[in-house]
Amino acid sequence: MQFDRAEIDALLPLPPATFHILLALVDQERHGYAIIQDVEARTDGELRLSAGTLYRSVARMVEQGLIAEMTKRPAARLDDERRRYYRITPFGTAVAKAEMARLSQLVRLARARGLTPEPT
Amino acid sequence: MTPALARFYRALLYLYPSSFRTEYRHDLTAAFADRMREHSGPLAPLRGVTMAIGDVVPNALAVHWEILLQDLRYAVRSLRRTPGFAVTAVLVVALGVGANTAAFSLADYVLLRPLAFPEPHRLVRLWEQTPGYSRMELSPPNYRDWKAMATSMSGIAAFTDDAMNLVGVGEPRRLELTRATPDFFQVLGVPAFAGRAFAPADSIDAPVLVISYPLWQTQFGSDPQIIGKAVRLDGSPYTIIGVMPASFRYPDRDTQAWTPLVLRERDFANRSDNYLDVVGRLRNGVTIARANQEIGGIAAQLERQFPKENEKTRGTVVDMRGDMSERSRLLVLALCGATVCILFLACANLASLLLTRAAHRTRELAVRAALGAGRERLIRQLVTESIGLAIVGGIVGVGIAAAALPMLARLVPAALPTADRPSLDWRVLVVAAAVAVITGLAFGVGPAIGAGRSKALEALRSGARAGGGRTQRARAVLVIVEVAASVVLLVSSGLLIRAALRIQATDPGFRAENVLTLRTALPLSKYETTAQSGQFYDRVLEGVRALPGVQGAAYMTGLPMVMKGGIWPATLVGDAVIRSEANSASLRFVTPQYFSTLGATVREGRDVAESDAPASVPVAVVSESFARRMWPNESAISKQFRFVFASRTVVGVVGDIRVRGLERESEPQVYLPARQVPDGVFGGYQPKDLVVRATVPTETLLPAIRRVISGVDAEQPISDVRPLADIVASETASRMTQLRVLEVLSAIALLIAGVGIHGLLAFAVSQRSRELGVRRALGEQAGSIVRRVLREGMTLAVTGVAVGVFVAYLAARAMGALLAGVQPGDPATLAGAAALCLATAIAGCLRPARRAASVDPITVLRGD
Repeated sequence: MQFDRAEIDALLPLPPATFHILLALVDQERHGYAIIQDVEARTDGELRLSAGTLYRSVARMVEQGLIAEMTKRPAARLDDERRRYYRITPFGTAVAKAEMARLSQLVRLARARGLTPEPT
Repeated sequence: MTPALARFYRALLYLYPSSFRTEYRHDLTAAFADRMREHSGPLAPLRGVTMAIGDVVPNALAVHWEILLQDLRYAVRSLRRTPGFAVTAVLVVALGVGANTAAFSLADYVLLRPLAFPEPHRLVRLWEQTPGYSRMELSPPNYRDWKAMATSMSGIAAFTDDAMNLVGVGEPRRLELTRATPDFFQVLGVPAFAGRAFAPADSIDAPVLVISYPLWQTQFGSDPQIIGKAVRLDGSPYTIIGVMPASFRYPDRDTQAWTPLVLRERDFANRSDNYLDVVGRLRNGVTIARANQEIGGIAAQLERQFPKENEKTRGTVVDMRGDMSERSRLLVLALCGATVCILFLACANLASLLLTRAAHRTRELAVRAALGAGRERLIRQLVTESIGLAIVGGIVGVGIAAAALPMLARLVPAALPTADRPSLDWRVLVVAAAVAVITGLAFGVGPAIGAGRSKALEALRSGARAGGGRTQRARAVLVIVEVAASVVLLVSSGLLIRAALRIQATDPGFRAENVLTLRTALPLSKYETTAQSGQFYDRVLEGVRALPGVQGAAYMTGLPMVMKGGIWPATLVGDAVIRSEANSASLRFVTPQYFSTLGATVREGRDVAESDAPASVPVAVVSESFARRMWPNESAISKQFRFVFASRTVVGVVGDIRVRGLERESEPQVYLPARQVPDGVFGGYQPKDLVVRATVPTETLLPAIRRVISGVDAEQPISDVRPLADIVASETASRMTQLRVLEVLSAIALLIAGVGIHGLLAFAVSQRSRELGVRRALGEQAGSIVRRVLREGMTLAVTGVAVGVFVAYLAARAMGALLAGVQPGDPATLAGAAALCLATAIAGCLRPARRAASVDPITVLRGD
């Protein structure tokens, strides 16, 4: 699917929380707390989204069309009916890819200048 | 998570905007509960509370901020589409805020701001009170006794105005001087800017001078070596010991220098010679009421001790801040009242504009509601828009205020001892911001709530017509308020115009046109005796009278309306001297031809003559009112009375002169021949004002008059050159400024009200075009429809006029002191204002009425 390049660029650079939420939804739809846990696991506990930060981002991302609320719910026994599930939209994927390209470009530029990351 | 923590978290969620809260409440609570499950132990609840606060507070603020930005962007877009509305709304708010900001700056400056002294609330003025005079200067003996006896004050100082000629530094110059007792600066608590202020150790034997900052800058070129320099004042050497700071302007803004006033034993001889202004500093914690009580007691004790001189003499202590005339205060308050009217008008019109806009936007709002925007979001959007408009209007308004202030500065009483001019400072800006935001809030919320009402939205969703009865009623009330506020303004300015006309028509007792006045104050050191000064007058008058175009010239003490005091008791020979209004008269020394030069009429007897010499019988020319009071129903000529230490024989009666100005009753006048001034007694009363009547423009005479004077005494400075007409005009100058301001405000008010009525009716007609079309289709005549619309508009206008007239009457009664005898219920003014408002209303009704009549029934019915 093709998206207007300008529409995508208008959203870049993405705030870190937004990028992480997109990443959490790339492989599967998740509910809020699952997103928090996924982000935390992937960053080795570095980024712990609070509930407020998460849903503030979610609200904005829904409005921007990056993610969408699932209308189809998982099987009832897996489901907690209080929860809402979110999935990444094609536009969200495109934006995540664009952000990734932007970040890799940055990293390439830094390497070309002879910069290497400190071993952690 | 404990139930208590859950409740706490849910309560915190109310910090979020309700749209966000409604949407995510459950998810937020669930995620937070999941999170809390990871924590256990005794500190878990505490940790839970801090986590909840740390989570909700910053995020709620962020959400609000995001919505605000979004709403602002939306508002800008939507206002751009309706620039007419946006500009009108901004201008309306700007007028309201601008007028009020300017008026508040002035009121703050004149009435509120603390004076530039340390602990200014402890500074007071002390006055004697005798029947007829609520504030009278003190006599030196009374001052000495009050000062010795009063314990409520930590210091009391006296001062009196003087003027001396500064010779030897550039042009000879007249210095406005204050002679003050040596503790004057201590009582005020202000140290010198350079050098030192004088202290009780300084005496008149080593004459010292403290100069004002402006004088130091202008006359001495900001000379850093000024301290210790000697200057000559009236021929005597004075040493400059200090320069006061720029902010020090006491007793008034024109004071240029201060020199010690040392009272000697002979100064304490006369308890009836009131010339000392007195300022005091209350002891810490002492109230004005207590000080008043004490001074009252002291005055009573002195009256018992000196029953003759101090008869009916009371004392009063007033706050230095409040020591200004009732008129000055009222001028400023009336201005504030007028600007509040304008604010009301502006608010009413803004509300009216917003209501119309909301009604026009119902379709757009319905669409947004259909797309899921909650009621709260819609209201919030509209309120953001109105506050945004109000803030932009406020900024423009502050600009208007800054431009208007210099003009309003003329309303500041000259006696106010503060530096320079009123200015916009942060306090004023806070008030302006508050007025703007409150305007936007108070008058934006109503229309927004009306538009956001679910019923209104429901109606729209079903495609019904916009604008319910409620909107119409709200707007009707607004129109009534607008008309009423305009009537109040019109009546107030109408009454003040009548008062001003009446004052200007007051006969001052002389003809001011073509009379030039100037002052040559003779230094006592050089002109010690009456014979010496008499020679000066004779030679100057002889020279001036010989100039071509000069009809007459004379010297006298204290021009009418300039010198308002100089009041002495007069008694019939043999009567006791009683100090009361009933026998006070103002004393003036004059040379021959004074009355003819001034254009005052000699009713009986003769003018002062060259033959009234020091050795001959002391004579007096008295005013009609004096003659009537002393010798009712008989001629005053040749009668004798006692006045200033001697028995005087009346030789002439002249018309009364308004010595105290056009707006006040003046004491009767007694004129004594300048030649009969005893040597060394009446320094302050020595004639110093030259009046010249000419057939040619008086300003063309000035160079020649200067030559005459410098021919007589080359060192004699000339000051206070003014046409007499200017002196009379300056009596009404602040009134005229205020009138001009009120006229502008009334015109604005009228315009706003007219626009308001027009807007309301145009809106009503457009909303009812279907009904009107049906009426036409059913055969109602166009004329009948016009009458129907007119009736609707005029009902509102008449109601507004009735309310306005009532409020205006109350307002006029409150400012009675400004009305110079014009009745607050002056029928002509009330009728005129009402007629003007109704005419404006009719003008506002005409176009909508014509539109209503021209509604085409076919088109309207087809539209269904």
